[in-house]
Amino acid sequence: MYGHGAFGSDSVRMPYARVGDWLRSSSHELMETRRQQAELFFRRIGITFAVYGDPDASERLIPFDIVPRIIAGSEWAKLEEGLVQRVNALNMFLADVYGPRECIKAGIIPEELVLRNPQYSLAQVGRRPAKDVWVHIAGIDLVRTGADAFYVLEDNARTPSGVSYMLENREVMLRLVPEVIADIGMHGGLRPVETYPETLLDTLKSVAPDSCTGEPCLALLTPGVHNSAYYEHSFLADKLGIELVEGSDLFVHADTLFMRTTEGPKRVDVLYRRLDDDFIDPLVFRPDSMLGVPGLVNATHAGNVTLANAIGTGVADDKAIYSYMPEIVRFFTGRDALLQNVPTFRCREPDALAQVLDKLSELVVKEVDGSGGYGMLVGPHATKAQLDSFAAKLRAHPEKFIAQPTLALSTCPTLTDAGLAPRHVDLRPFVLTGADGVKIVAGGLTRVALKQGSLVVNSSQGGGTKDTWVVDDAILDSFDPDAL
Amino acid sequence: MLSRSAANLYWMGRYLERADFLCRLIDATVRLASLPASHGGAKPAWEGAIRSAAVENSFRETGLPVDEAHVGWFLALDPSNPSSVRCCLEAARHNGRAVRTALTLETWEAVNGAWLEIQRFGTGVPDSSTLVRLVESIKAVLLSFDGAAARTQLREPTYWFLRLGTTIERADTTARLLDVKYHLLLPRTEPIGGSLDYFQWTTLLRTVSALTAYRWVYRDAVKPWLVADLLIFNRAMPRSLIACYEDAVWLLDQLAATRGRRGPANRQASAALRRLSENDIDALFQGGLHEFLTEFIAENNALGDAIADQYLF
Repeated sequence: MYGHGAFGSDSVRMPYARVGDWLRSSSHELMETRRQQAELFFRRIGITFAVYGDPDASERLIPFDIVPRIIAGSEWAKLEEGLVQRVNALNMFLADVYGPRECIKAGIIPEELVLRNPQYSLAQVGRRPAKDVWVHIAGIDLVRTGADAFYVLEDNARTPSGVSYMLENREVMLRLVPEVIADIGMHGGLRPVETYPETLLDTLKSVAPDSCTGEPCLALLTPGVHNSAYYEHSFLADKLGIELVEGSDLFVHADTLFMRTTEGPKRVDVLYRRLDDDFIDPLVFRPDSMLGVPGLVNATHAGNVTLANAIGTGVADDKAIYSYMPEIVRFFTGRDALLQNVPTFRCREPDALAQVLDKLSELVVKEVDGSGGYGMLVGPHATKAQLDSFAAKLRAHPEKFIAQPTLALSTCPTLTDAGLAPRHVDLRPFVLTGADGVKIVAGGLTRVALKQGSLVVNSSQGGGTKDTWVVDDAILDSFDPDAL
Repeated sequence: MLSRSAANLYWMGRYLERADFLCRLIDATVRLASLPASHGGAKPAWEGAIRSAAVENSFRETGLPVDEAHVGWFLALDPSNPSSVRCCLEAARHNGRAVRTALTLETWEAVNGAWLEIQRFGTGVPDSSTLVRLVESIKAVLLSFDGAAARTQLREPTYWFLRLGTTIERADTTARLLDVKYHLLLPRTEPIGGSLDYFQWTTLLRTVSALTAYRWVYRDAVKPWLVADLLIFNRAMPRSLIACYEDAVWLLDQLAATRGRRGPANRQASAALRRLSENDIDALFQGGLHEFLTEFIAENNALGDAIADQYLF
């Protein structure tokens, strides 16, 4: 009767029932063995990530939790609709702010917040990427607070990572608990995620520049082996069957991008770049960057190569812009946003700043352009000294911060040293946009805060991952509440 | 394929081969050094190992005594000696990681495994039994790498660049090993057998895992000129210079076929193979073994450069 406590309570959602059966019938030793098998598997295939500023841990494993996170198909359908709407709005917003700026003229969003935003790229003003797609790959971070209540925490519209975990976590689960997955298959099925690479490949091919005739040549640009997400870059290049290139493998000649191969220069039509704007072209952005390609921006403007994602998309995932997303979605799609925004205090506004300072210990404060959970204050878990020093930072540079209430995040059963226990989770689905619209693989990266009560799920801050199962509702029909 | 990937694969092949050679060198030297002092003793044995590994200068700079513990440590584990087994395996893995997509899971696991294995031995001075265990276990993981690569890699440029690195490095180490011992290989007029040098020759053969092969090929007592013949002119002996060049020519031809033309590297390798084929051990002794080996090592380096040029490394 393993894990009865965690699954016997009213808070357990129905789709967990079948997995609950499995967990209850498995001993703690068996679960621990499974967990160790999973870790060994990850170690052998070399899935690691680097933690910046930690010399002893240049290659570390992200903890993997073998209890899957389950989402019912009907719930996913609503989520999917909301994601399509949101990512469409993001693309229209970008086309607008680098083009006619209608949303600014209409007073939807303050002009200076866009035009003076450090992520707003002057190089892109008046430019249109191929097929007018700006964000080809988006990672939308969501949290769930109740039935059908998903909040967007962040939009990642630059170079979102984590999709390799979505794919590899499923591989591990298929090896560890094939009998459970087969059982679910008989009752309606678990949606596959392994179509992601193929969908991504189609997406990238669909945005090849008009000047490309014939089969487009694709490449994935990585900052190199020392990048924290290098494993993912090589993993994806492998799954896509495209070259994994570094800046030094590429050069621009006559506004055309080439890679250096053993057979001589080969033209590249679409570059899936996992390198930030700042480093991508020393002639336009940081001149000291050795990671990018001189002349690349000109090549994109000449319409000879498509960058995915386009340059300048950071302005759409800025945390200050985020607070305007409900208005942005309504303005561009003509409908209310299906996914909710977390209520956000813009510290740049004096009234909001005063309120934030007043109840700092209840809020989560984030840097507007921060990522990875760095530079963040979780008020309810902070000490007096931390609160005071953060308040000083806020007063000095209020425009750099936003604040949000802590949400009553949903939890998911997670294997801990003391057995199964609830832990907070979030979800990052990956949304692909090509010439023929938006596509989403049913699943995503579920991150879990492994420390009890913690809300921080970032891998660099001690978070772990889980496999994410979108199961058809049929499994709910076979659910027997008395079995719990 | 990307030129950088080709370079990574080529160097991964070279580093792994060098690590393998160092392990065999340590193994053979431990045996030689264990003979009674009247047979040469430990110090000359380890001095020979330092010369064979071509690290005389860098070892002298450490100021360490020439004995098993210190030379063994320097050759196997010293993290600041770029030619140590440890550093070779680290470099090989680093190269492999940079071309992870070009390797099969099995090949990657083997090169990753070699690096994990050497780390188990730490970086301190090993005792005798640790050194022997190290050599055995690294030889085994490198064999598993060869097996994984041979069984699972597609026969395409990826594999050929990897093997080309192995081949060029193998020719280099075999030639250097012979050159260090060349004075022992010269034909003598005095009767052989029971000579002190006998142990030197067998050590040399052991270093390239060829002692048994020698007996099968010549069915004779170990004679120095036959040792040279085996390691230079015997096509069946996988580490002989001529076998390495047969491999190199074949690999370069495969690469040429994929791009539709031969280049300077193809021509250099073919010319070197032809010269080896037209030579034999008697002619070679007349011309001078040392001179031949010096020239061979220089030509082999030039071939390495030509490969880098031809494929835009």
